Amino acid sequence: MADDPPVPASPVTPLQLFVGFATISIVGFGGVMPWVRWLVVDRRRWCSAEEFASLFALANFLPGGNVLGVSVMVGGRLAGRRGSLAAVLGLVAPAAVLVCLLAELYRRNAHLEAVQGMVEGMGSAAAGLIAAMGLRMVWPLRKSPRALVIVLLVVTAAAVLRLPLVWILATMLPASLIAARLTER
Amino acid sequence: MDNPLGLLTLKILFLSCIAVGGFIATVPELNRFVVHVQGWMTDGTFATLFALSQASPGPNLIVATLVGWEVAGLPGAALATLATCLPTLFVAYAAMRFRTRHGQAGWFRMVERAILPIAVGLILATAGLLAATTSGAEPRRLALTGAAALFLLVTRRSPLIPLAVAAALGAAGLL
Repeated sequence: MADDPPVPASPVTPLQLFVGFATISIVGFGGVMPWVRWLVVDRRRWCSAEEFASLFALANFLPGGNVLGVSVMVGGRLAGRRGSLAAVLGLVAPAAVLVCLLAELYRRNAHLEAVQGMVEGMGSAAAGLIAAMGLRMVWPLRKSPRALVIVLLVVTAAAVLRLPLVWILATMLPASLIAARLTER
Repeated sequence: MDNPLGLLTLKILFLSCIAVGGFIATVPELNRFVVHVQGWMTDGTFATLFALSQASPGPNLIVATLVGWEVAGLPGAALATLATCLPTLFVAYAAMRFRTRHGQAGWFRMVERAILPIAVGLILATAGLLAATTSGAEPRRLALTGAAALFLLVTRRSPLIPLAVAAALGAAGLL
């Protein structure tokens, strides 16, 4: 049951992972995935953009929260088993405490119009943050018509036709695999 | 087994084992279970809990924390949170090791190339759906969504800036 050897030339400790993920957990309004990308790729340069995209894609096909999956994988890649645990603890624990406090606060102030307006305004901005993250991930695919067609089909199926996720995965995964196979050089 | 705490924990544990595509995809089923099957809360309460979990910082799965908090207080919140994390912790760690070992294999690369556009499509779809629900077709709110996206695309500054501006505009009643 020995731990994996850490990734070579990786100076990242579990404590640094915990602090990094705990920080974005506390400031990460509106779904934390854009923040995880910001921390891991832009801010700390723990992963390249390509590697993050591929970990993210993999996480989408694992059970459970996809943010959680990415955090487990980034933490584990940088600092082994303890790195995974540190990243998840940092990501979830402060947010869980905070949301319970917020629920109590809201219970006492829900009648105030300003409070409702604030929550709604942040919801709209959060949608924009997720859109920006998706667009940034489309950019590296811009030279692949195959990938762009699949992106478009999935967006249509999920957002316009509102098909159940299981159907989308069951049809698009084989289609995308065949397309990837055919365009392989 | 009549203990709500145990039932809820098992339910969330099961949901997080099948939640492919993010925990958010399990919310309708969680709603059905706690409101219609068990009668632990009303639809209105569940909707409020969901809205609060969205307005709060942190990953989407903290909606389960709040449901646990509502059903069984502090132990409920703690167990519900653990139940959302544990399955992913094990599965994702195993997947990461598998990727480290086989990541250079040709077939693995091909599977990655196939999965990536689907994942990106799902993100964009989530953004679209979220923009539609939060705006209620109000042009000012849609413009705010667009401005927030643009800010993140052209600058590398903290996403907290557009969120703070949006919160201030909302609190001032301008949206």
